[in-house]
Amino acid sequence: MSGLRLLAGPDLRSGAEALADHTRRLGAPALGGRPLIETLVRSGLGGRGGASFPVGLKWRAVAAAASKGPAVVIVNGAEGEPQSHKDKVLMATRPHLILDGAFLAARTLRAAQVVLYIGEEHRKAWSAMALALAERPEAERRITRMAGAPNRYVAGESSAAVHLIDAGAATPTTTPPFPRERGVAAVPTLVQNVETLAHVALIARYGDAWYRSVGRRGAAGTVLLTIAGGVKSPGVLEVEAGTTIEEAVGATGGVSEPAAAVLLGGYFGVWLPAMQAWEIPLDGEALRGRGLALGCGVIGVQPAARCGVCDTARIMRYLAEESSAQCGPCFFGLRALSDACSRLAERGTNRDDIARLKRWAVEVPGRGACKHPDGAVMFLRSALSTFADQFASHPAHWRQQPA
Amino acid sequence: MNTDLRLTIDRIKCDGHGLCAELLPELISLDDWSYPIIDPGPIPERLAPIAQRAVATCPVLALAMRRTRVSK
Repeated sequence: MSGLRLLAGPDLRSGAEALADHTRRLGAPALGGRPLIETLVRSGLGGRGGASFPVGLKWRAVAAAASKGPAVVIVNGAEGEPQSHKDKVLMATRPHLILDGAFLAARTLRAAQVVLYIGEEHRKAWSAMALALAERPEAERRITRMAGAPNRYVAGESSAAVHLIDAGAATPTTTPPFPRERGVAAVPTLVQNVETLAHVALIARYGDAWYRSVGRRGAAGTVLLTIAGGVKSPGVLEVEAGTTIEEAVGATGGVSEPAAAVLLGGYFGVWLPAMQAWEIPLDGEALRGRGLALGCGVIGVQPAARCGVCDTARIMRYLAEESSAQCGPCFFGLRALSDACSRLAERGTNRDDIARLKRWAVEVPGRGACKHPDGAVMFLRSALSTFADQFASHPAHWRQQPA
Repeated sequence: MNTDLRLTIDRIKCDGHGLCAELLPELISLDDWSYPIIDPGPIPERLAPIAQRAVATCPVLALAMRRTRVSK
């Protein structure tokens, strides 16, 4: 589909852009070092892995922590969110944009090691990144290696990435210390999502004013989205920040049938009633003001013909199974929440399970080493409010619909 | 009077033995799976000695007391 900045250039269907073409099209990045960090701070760029952490501040923190020794840069291409494809598409088509960002980070933070942490099932993305790395100068290749992320939901969490690279297990660890303080081999580690690094590569060329020169309704820059569900042509596209959900879905050809709700941010996100969702601008700041988040940029359109309770039960079962089974409240709590959802879906509404869901939804969040239980509960709470009528009078069916 | 200490727990270490809740029900309760739910506020002075015992009694050393900035 279309691309404004990250996805500008040759047709995406022709695959990865080679280094020679990439350099001819964009030239070499101008900025580096301390001025780059300050430019990133001014740009307002937020991380695109889901948490939207301000990129400039993260680089500052790693630079400060690494003032006495080397740092590590982890290029996070573990896209565990089942509905999300934007990172895979970016890696498969614009690998050198990501690598530019990665090596700018490495030079700026004086990192002695760069790790390309990529989902081992993202085959096209993996091979595009491996081939692109082989085209880079020897000085860059020498400090870089690739590490496969297992196909698990929490593998992309930053402490899990560090844990895999250090100890071979992609499970989150207790924070603090955060990776930016004490990461791979106990040295300060920058864990940055691939889309974020691609933005860095362009900001280093054109500056923060350029970055902010596009955007709608007061927002700055562009974002990659994955449009999924009941739409005419699902896929990845790049839009100006501040574009509304309705405009983004419209840009792919619109809905394929009447929509009831939108799942914003994927399984780690929230359900919104469609009527309320359409006008919402896709921009970190505007979303925060509404108590929402862009997350990984998934917009899942839920057709009115589907059952919200059954889909919620299916996704809760997935999230419970994806607990890394380290923390009791997450492992047992999500399993119990999922079982209660399944009972409601299979046997119909009953007051006891609704009451249990509401009590556990208060007790479980905030009690895991990572945010997995918090995200699952936020997803569930949004389901209970968006599909309130369906939860209140759900018939005893279990529509085994494909995702 | 409150101390400037708070209870913290390493959720990965915690196995839900539940001894802490038995010793310190004023600040720690157990969920349906016997994992602790901890009062996030500062530890009152009168409970500090028992909190210290709860920390020392945890079989997997998951419970700790951390000094935090006193909020006025």
